[in-house]
Amino acid sequence: MADSTGGIDPARGLSHCACEMTQNTARNPQKSFQDMILALHDFWSANGCLILQPYDMRMGAGTFHTATTLRALGPEPWNAAFVQPCRRPTDGRYGENPNRLQHYYQYQVILKPSPPDIQELYLRSLEVIGIDPLKHDIRFVEDDWESPTLGAWGLGWEVWCDGMEVTQFTYFQQMGGFDCKPVAGELTYGLERLAMYIQGVDNVFDLDFNGQGVSYGEVFLENEKQMSKWNFEVAETDALFDLFNKAEAECRNALDNDVPIAAYEQAVEASHLFNLLQARGVISVQERASYMARVRDLARGSCEKYAELMTPKWQQKFPEWSL
Amino acid sequence: MSNFLLELRSEEIPARMQAGARSELEKLFRREMDAAGVSVGDLTVWSTPRRLALIARDLPEATEAVSEEAKGPPVGAPDQAVDGFCRKNGVTRDDLDVRDVKGRETYFAVKNVPGKRMGELLAAAIPAIIRDFSWPKSMRWGEASRTTESLRWVRPLSGIVALLGDEVVECEVHGVTSGAVTLGHRFHHSGDITIGNADDYAMKLRAAHVIVDHEERATLIRDGAQQVASEAGLTLVEDEGLVIENAGLTEWPVPLLGRFEDDFLEVPPETIQLTARVNQKYFVCESKDGKLANAFICTANIEAADPAVVVDGNRKVLAARLSDARFFWDVDRKKTLEEHAEGLKRITFHEKLGTVADKVERVAKLARWLVEEGIVADQPFPPAGGERDLATQEPSRSGVGADAPMPTPNPSREREGSLADLAEQAARLAKADLVTEMVGEFPELQGLMGGYYARAEGLPDEVADAIRDHYKPVGQGDDVPTAPVTVAVSLADKLDTLFGFFAIGERPTGSKDPFALRRASLGTLALIQENNLRIRLGGLIQSYYLDLIASWASEDRYSAFVFGWEDFLSDDGSRTKYLNHSPVWEGDPLSPPPACKKLWLIDLDVHSESDGYLWLDSLNRVHRTELVLFNDFASTSLDFFADRLKVQQREAGVRHDLIDAVFALGEEDDLVRLLARVHALQAFVETDNGTNLLAGYKRAANILRKENYPVTPAQAGVQSDGSADAGMDSGLRRNDDLALTGDEDPLENVDDPEMRGVYAAQVSALSYMPEPAEKALIDALKTAEPQAEMAIAEEDFAAAMSALASLRAPIDAFFEEVTVNDEDEVKRKSRLGLLARFRAAVHNVADFSKIES
Repeated sequence: MADSTGGIDPARGLSHCACEMTQNTARNPQKSFQDMILALHDFWSANGCLILQPYDMRMGAGTFHTATTLRALGPEPWNAAFVQPCRRPTDGRYGENPNRLQHYYQYQVILKPSPPDIQELYLRSLEVIGIDPLKHDIRFVEDDWESPTLGAWGLGWEVWCDGMEVTQFTYFQQMGGFDCKPVAGELTYGLERLAMYIQGVDNVFDLDFNGQGVSYGEVFLENEKQMSKWNFEVAETDALFDLFNKAEAECRNALDNDVPIAAYEQAVEASHLFNLLQARGVISVQERASYMARVRDLARGSCEKYAELMTPKWQQKFPEWSL
Repeated sequence: MSNFLLELRSEEIPARMQAGARSELEKLFRREMDAAGVSVGDLTVWSTPRRLALIARDLPEATEAVSEEAKGPPVGAPDQAVDGFCRKNGVTRDDLDVRDVKGRETYFAVKNVPGKRMGELLAAAIPAIIRDFSWPKSMRWGEASRTTESLRWVRPLSGIVALLGDEVVECEVHGVTSGAVTLGHRFHHSGDITIGNADDYAMKLRAAHVIVDHEERATLIRDGAQQVASEAGLTLVEDEGLVIENAGLTEWPVPLLGRFEDDFLEVPPETIQLTARVNQKYFVCESKDGKLANAFICTANIEAADPAVVVDGNRKVLAARLSDARFFWDVDRKKTLEEHAEGLKRITFHEKLGTVADKVERVAKLARWLVEEGIVADQPFPPAGGERDLATQEPSRSGVGADAPMPTPNPSREREGSLADLAEQAARLAKADLVTEMVGEFPELQGLMGGYYARAEGLPDEVADAIRDHYKPVGQGDDVPTAPVTVAVSLADKLDTLFGFFAIGERPTGSKDPFALRRASLGTLALIQENNLRIRLGGLIQSYYLDLIASWASEDRYSAFVFGWEDFLSDDGSRTKYLNHSPVWEGDPLSPPPACKKLWLIDLDVHSESDGYLWLDSLNRVHRTELVLFNDFASTSLDFFADRLKVQQREAGVRHDLIDAVFALGEEDDLVRLLARVHALQAFVETDNGTNLLAGYKRAANILRKENYPVTPAQAGVQSDGSADAGMDSGLRRNDDLALTGDEDPLENVDDPEMRGVYAAQVSALSYMPEPAEKALIDALKTAEPQAEMAIAEEDFAAAMSALASLRAPIDAFFEEVTVNDEDEVKRKSRLGLLARFRAAVHNVADFSKIES
């Protein structure tokens, strides 16, 4: 474990501050979507995580948040939790499918280095939101993760609750093509799925958002309808191609000027534009590979630049460390 | 004697890796014990998702002391040599003994290796086992992973239990220390469990809701699933792979049965079964009528407070999955397969071989050709090899290697026409399901779904069946199609894959076979053999090559082909490469000029500076693809078939040397006939007659070899102009007195060079009085030659063998009684000629020189 440095340092060792969470009576995660999120925040906050806010960009997964990707690089301890809205244009179903959305939430926890009791911590977080492992069958089923786009891979599991995949659990081994030293543990909860399970509803739009009768559908159904239509039918493809090229150029510009975080944002932007073009069905199979390679070059290039730029700073604190 | 327990506890080990991990643990433990000189009997190795365990019984308390000695240099040897010897043996000079060896005083190093206590040995062995353990994929974790040198394990290693007798074997690996404490079931047991020794380990774990023996868990799942199924009045669809996987996912397995909505049963049952198995690891059940029931069995890892809650959760997940399947099923059927097939134009099959649509086009043509040529017909063909009714078959007079007797099937022309149409139609639609939603989700269902969709849109059953089964056979033991339309499509698909990749120079090497060409060739062989398909592969290979070029030319992708040389000296003296080209429609791609190395197909329009030559640097600028030269293509393709045939036949007990012996005749590229020949040959060489004939053959061949008597496998001893070998002229003369035999000129109708030679020998007479054994051999040959030849033409290889068998006694007697190397040159040459004739007769059947005795 990392030495505790006290204070509010997110790097402080987890086990030193892990206080037993008891069910917070003010929260009702079994009846309310937002209370479930707040209960997770409470839990991970109490266990030493920074509670961050979503990244203010469109992205396909919480892993794209810089708090995950860029922070997985380097020697510094890092413990953070946040909700990240995810955009998957091709998954849109105009609000007609009870299980599929083009916009949904992931809850991300990143713990670096991975603590020895990470599985126990995770299981306790499930209990906090109302999943009793003696009533429900919780299983860790092999599922390795690889993102060629990010030059990243890790080993881990998908966590099953009564046969439903509720969390991706990954030990990052590489990011941006670099070995993770140390390894970070990443937990990604599918919030809507979990809430549907806990609340016992079969349609995501029937979820109780606040425990007082406002439904998920009231909040998001119209968005799903309009955004599905835009994603699949309306979005001006010439403009999207143009934006893609511009994001690519801007990424290179940022890299040339040694601001890799800005470059990374453009890579994330290009990645989403590519997803939109896919949804519009204007990228052929042959072109697909070449677009993916372009996005990969941007994302990897940004991660590499970031790691190289940061290495001297990291080495000031961790003289033994090397990239 | 004590028992030893080792438990390596970790986070969840993937189910598929546990069997391998158990054997790895056993292997490494034995390696360590062997190195320490400890003999180990049976080991017990167990696994659960969270632990690997090993129990070794009756280990000795200690190893015995051993004394090792090594002989060194003689006394008086240079210091360097003596010092080196000391270093090597880890002793000092003072430790050396001096002994007398054959009168010379010699240094000896004697090392007394004391016995070691077992605990000490194990304390060293455990870290070595853990460090050397090989996982399919391993990882680093935690604080230690600040360096890449940290311990790697499949998932974080969290504890080691090591007990010899009742004592802890103390050791440490990368911060994990051994002890006696382990954990029980993740949810049913909290707190530590202290293990006393190897004997109470399984019991204590069982009390903590862990069944450590994986086989016991598998039995519980197998029996439990059967039981819950029968309680519901259903039959479990057995799936041993799923049993083992679930045993690898649980420490306390509890099979539970649930139901899903009846409505889902309208989608094809295979999709339900696959969804349940692959995505959810559920078993499925059948009702009494043998149809898929609306039930699933999941295997929980807990004794749930209320099993109904767990079942209901699993039901919902399955329902969501089945909704997807039903959605795909509905959406896919809104288009016909023909419409789906349009989408194949967007899928690349291989960069050089074009899209899947291009492949489909080739396969459709080939499937039609296979029917039109009569290779695939409505009636199954009788097997080759003498089992047919001879009366129905007009024996061909042509020899082996000339036009083979291709059975002419006898369906009405009309039916043949429709069979060809059906084969082409099925081939055109066979790949269409690759672009359906269902196959996109479940690639394993390719073919099968196409069959369902074909039936749903009302296509003929033959077409639907062919689409469904055209990937078959996919492995050994898989059904081999026999329905004619299916056979045509399946064979055409596989041949196109094989020849296509061989034509562009992609062939399997070593363990690399990225396009599964070995599997395609085994499938091809199985189809040919099962259906007795008579194909001359040589001819097919040639027309495939030409068609491939023609198809590209007709699509305007390429307008010319170019033969390339390398290393041409250019005007300015630099080495460069040049080429000449000819339009596709003029040149002959089968006949490259000598020294040509490559064949490129290019788009000539792009290249205007064409004066009959293209410089390589300009060639690099035009769109082109590269083909293997025809001769290389043909020979590698045939060799590949021969190799696969040997592999395939080895398992059936057929000797590879016999396959070589028949292949060595050349031109035998009809695999059905080839195998019939090999089978008959094998039966023959294993008889006394065969063994002795082979011995006689080898003796004859040796003598001829010593005399440098010319030999080619198919024309041994006889020259192609039909006359006997030049060296025999003096001993043989043409028998002018043909009337004596009453025969017409036997050479008149013989156009096969080999047979001409044989006949020539037959009708010639000797200028001296032959010895009785010599005469007997001549007479025997006279009878056996036409018999063997006739039998081979009729593909009655057993009869050909017995014709040869009649030569056994005469050849033995000949060697016994006749001197080949007679002082009389005339006799000597004549007798050598006779041996050559004998060799040629044997070569009618096979090249016996390839047979290993």
